[in-house]
Amino acid sequence: MEKILLNVAAPDIETYIKAGGYRALKKAFAMKPEDVTAEVKKSNLRGRGGAGFPTGLKWSFIPKTNPKPRYLVCNADESEPGTFKDRELLRKNPHLLVEGLTISSYAIGAKQCYVYIRGEFAEEAELLKNAVREAAQRGFIGKNILNSGFDLEIITHRGAGAYICGEETALLESIEGKRGLPRLKPPFPAVVGLFGCPTVINNVETLASVPAIIEKGGDWYAGLGAGKSAGTKLFSVSGPVKKPGVYEIELGMPFKKFLEEYAGGMLEGSVLKAVIPGGSSVPVLTAGEALKMNLDYESVQQAGSMLGSGGIIIIDDKACMVETLLVLAGFYHHESCGQCTPCREGGGWIEKLLAKMEKGEARETDVDLVYSIAENMLARTLCPLGDALAMPVMSFITKFRPEFEAHAKGKP
Amino acid sequence: MAYKISERTLAEIDRLLKIYPQKEAVLIPALHEMQKEAGWIPEEAMDALGARLNIPYARVKGVVTFYTMFNRLPMGRFHLQVCRNISCHFAGAAGMLRHLEDKLNIKEGETTEDGLFTLSAVECLGSCGTAPVIAVNETYHENMTVEKTDRLLAELRAENNSD
Repeated sequence: MEKILLNVAAPDIETYIKAGGYRALKKAFAMKPEDVTAEVKKSNLRGRGGAGFPTGLKWSFIPKTNPKPRYLVCNADESEPGTFKDRELLRKNPHLLVEGLTISSYAIGAKQCYVYIRGEFAEEAELLKNAVREAAQRGFIGKNILNSGFDLEIITHRGAGAYICGEETALLESIEGKRGLPRLKPPFPAVVGLFGCPTVINNVETLASVPAIIEKGGDWYAGLGAGKSAGTKLFSVSGPVKKPGVYEIELGMPFKKFLEEYAGGMLEGSVLKAVIPGGSSVPVLTAGEALKMNLDYESVQQAGSMLGSGGIIIIDDKACMVETLLVLAGFYHHESCGQCTPCREGGGWIEKLLAKMEKGEARETDVDLVYSIAENMLARTLCPLGDALAMPVMSFITKFRPEFEAHAKGKP
Repeated sequence: MAYKISERTLAEIDRLLKIYPQKEAVLIPALHEMQKEAGWIPEEAMDALGARLNIPYARVKGVVTFYTMFNRLPMGRFHLQVCRNISCHFAGAAGMLRHLEDKLNIKEGETTEDGLFTLSAVECLGSCGTAPVIAVNETYHENMTVEKTDRLLAELRAENNSD
């Protein structure tokens, strides 16, 4: 099984260079920027933050004739419940990200690169700043990098506690010193992004995948994984399993194999009941559905959910689905920025109704009411936060309806 | 009394103004710096920072109130943040929070009378593989149990007494 992200633990630059680090950077500077982008396109790398959008294509949306400065923004706001892969990457291999940032900035022509890291990751922000300092001392970032004539400054920018800032336009607002309110699109960030300039925003893991693509070639990377789901991916697994943690695998592995061989299987006395495969905002799957799927974008979609961030949350037979959904509803209600009525109000209504249901104080008709509120939030908001609550609600109720009905009939 | 921004923070603001192309972008990094000093951001500090960056006070307050990490009240020396989200919930976070409430004799959101501890329930800290997690100020404590939590409180009290 090929590993390119967590293949080494190299918190310092010496170890990283000894393991072959910064070779891809040298190779990239021998190429034209557009050829670097072409290689990334060829690799079929897709955004690892959750949306799975083709990375090379995203880069090519930067207008060629716009005279304004360009920016690369790295999304390290990792806040999606069940997702903790970028933290692992930042702790174990920060230079891989720095190398990826430099190559990617060169490809799109950005002279400033911002890493927006969630405020709670104070230690990780220091690790990253240290890696940037070390790379600057070796001349891998700064002025005229390796005599290429290319200049780059990398700025670590800390968030301050707001899930919504992982949404890319809210993130840009936040760097600009504002409340993190998602923007109306279009214009897309590639045209009007950070400080009104063309901007590419990519996730930590996406950018950390770039050095291997440049070093070994886009075709090589495209050959890993499963068809349109190329390459390797980090999966974070949490819940009642023997070995929760972050694992890098080639896309396409059967979930069953992943659960048994990587996550170590279920804890003694726990039986698999449900799986949320891509961070808390994607539809829940029953154990039966999950055990049939493979871990790649297409297969998870076919199973009825989304691969998302690869944050796999395991739910066992001891968990009450009403209580579990209430935890999620409380979260999304709290994190709504409040701009769009369906998300702001709908989130609150759903949380209140579920709280009553959980205590056995709801009416029987409230199960359908909760479902219908969620249905009316879906695709009716500026950003995906509305959907991020609607999808769990609709799938939890559809797949575990008897539990909700029993609670609504007064069984606490 | 007018709030005086410290020399250290002023110097940091000047450094940041040279990096960011727009001065408003310095606001959130500057608020982090200010909070380092007293552990919270008083109204007068928002006013002073707005004046320094030429941003209206209302805009500064709007930002401070949007982000959960900016404290608008004095905090205990140790801010205990118990993650309440899904994976920590499965691992017993709710019981951990109740245990801390009993042990410290305060409710979530309150500060102990001696000013030592503030207790909060927070959203996902991004460390679900080592649930349950309690952050103390900026440090994560992972794979927590009731026994480890008691030990942690004792260590923090000892740290305070040794100063």
